[in-house]
Amino acid sequence: MTGTILGAPDIGRALTRIAHEILERNEGHEDIVLLGIPTRGVPLAQRLAANLAEVEPGFDATQRIGALDITMYRDDLRSQPTRTIGATTLPSVGIDGKVVVLVDDVFHTGRTIRAALDAIKDEGRPRAVQLAVLVDRGHRELPIRADFVGKNIPTSRTERVDVHLAETDGEDAVILTGGHA
Amino acid sequence: MKHLLGTDGLSREDAVLILDTAGQMAATQEREIRKLPTLRGRTVVNLFFEDSTRTRISFEAAAKRLSADVINFSAKGSSLSKGESLKDTALTLQAMGADAVVVRHWASGAAQRLAESGWLHGSVSVLNAGDGTHQHPTQALLDAFTMRRHLMGAAVGDDVTGKGLDGLTVALVGDILHSRVAGSNIALLRTLGANVVVVAPPTLLPYGLEERGEVAVHYTLDDALEAHDLDAIMMLRVQRERMTGGGSGFFPSPEEYTRLFGLDRARMDRLTDHAIILHPGPMNRGLEISAEAADSPRSVIVEQVSNGVAVRMAALYLLLSGEEASA
Repeated sequence: MTGTILGAPDIGRALTRIAHEILERNEGHEDIVLLGIPTRGVPLAQRLAANLAEVEPGFDATQRIGALDITMYRDDLRSQPTRTIGATTLPSVGIDGKVVVLVDDVFHTGRTIRAALDAIKDEGRPRAVQLAVLVDRGHRELPIRADFVGKNIPTSRTERVDVHLAETDGEDAVILTGGHA
Repeated sequence: MKHLLGTDGLSREDAVLILDTAGQMAATQEREIRKLPTLRGRTVVNLFFEDSTRTRISFEAAAKRLSADVINFSAKGSSLSKGESLKDTALTLQAMGADAVVVRHWASGAAQRLAESGWLHGSVSVLNAGDGTHQHPTQALLDAFTMRRHLMGAAVGDDVTGKGLDGLTVALVGDILHSRVAGSNIALLRTLGANVVVVAPPTLLPYGLEERGEVAVHYTLDDALEAHDLDAIMMLRVQRERMTGGGSGFFPSPEEYTRLFGLDRARMDRLTDHAIILHPGPMNRGLEISAEAADSPRSVIVEQVSNGVAVRMAALYLLLSGEEASA
């Protein structure tokens, strides 16, 4: 099965549900901050924050979102072409003692999240770290799991999952390509 | 990028990438934990054939902040002072497992020789930390980083990612002939789109510089201030050995130099409101720059030092990460 797996309405519904799950799991919005992993985790975190603010008017999205660039914490720096380093911006309320929800588009090997956990450790000491992803495509290489998943998409390793977002790509879509050709 | 030997061979794209990367490195240096795991297990050798304090310490800090191991190898008290050749030193470094060599040498071209001689096998990157009167690329990059931060955003701290130095007018004042800082700066400033103004006594200008028409040349600082609205002014250090006496005197006296080229209060007041003052250090206060100018709010001289660490972190990251480096 290849082609567009999720369209704009599906992505919107998934993010609305994840927002509710985050509030349910944490019994409210107190102490919640969202950290998006560039590139597409950042707009996803912004959308989740907007959803949270809609449900809980006390949640001030502007103070609770940030971006966490993990490039310098990757474990494959020597085997890949040199990567451009992105910006890290912490939420204005900080992350010490907060519940950090990491936000990324595709959850795959888990190595990005491992790097993100290391990066967080150097930025401060959150009370807890949770993980929200739009798509979980499996093939974990590390003992890491997501707390909130938009959609589980079983894939083979040779397939590609691309998330397109209006903010970065001009449209909302999750596209599966490749496979055993 | 494999080596960083000079700014003359640096494309605008690569120069901007180094500056952008340095911007992210600088941001990490404001955290409580400033160390990054990025170059863990890599070895950086500081090979200094010439005395240097700030450049060596800056490279050492940059490498350590990225978790690389640092070996300092300086001429004094080592086999280098016993007459070991550059080649044998290179073979030694290779055997010690260096991934990058930061080299400062009194001979122009030493870094390039080290990089291209084949003495070091494929995987070792060479960073030029100053070779003779030729190039000092990381100094020019940190100067460009400092100017971009102050002059290319609406306010200091604005996002200047992706920008060059287009449209700025920058003056370099002093010993252009012997200064590797000037050599690197002139090339990089032009690559990044700035207009370069050079101010020096005729004896301290490279032969043919004026005829080439790439930079505006003035023989006194007053003339330059009259002719241009400067955005930045960079005072170069007067090297003592160039001053007077014997056949090596390039100008009659320090007093005359200060009178014609020194940045004093009156000249500083003629700068536009936003203009900044740079100096690569170490300063001769009272000679090329007055204490008033060096300590004024326009002066970014102390900031240049901290920006130097960020720029060198960026250079080390870009040279040492990536598949080319480990090939």
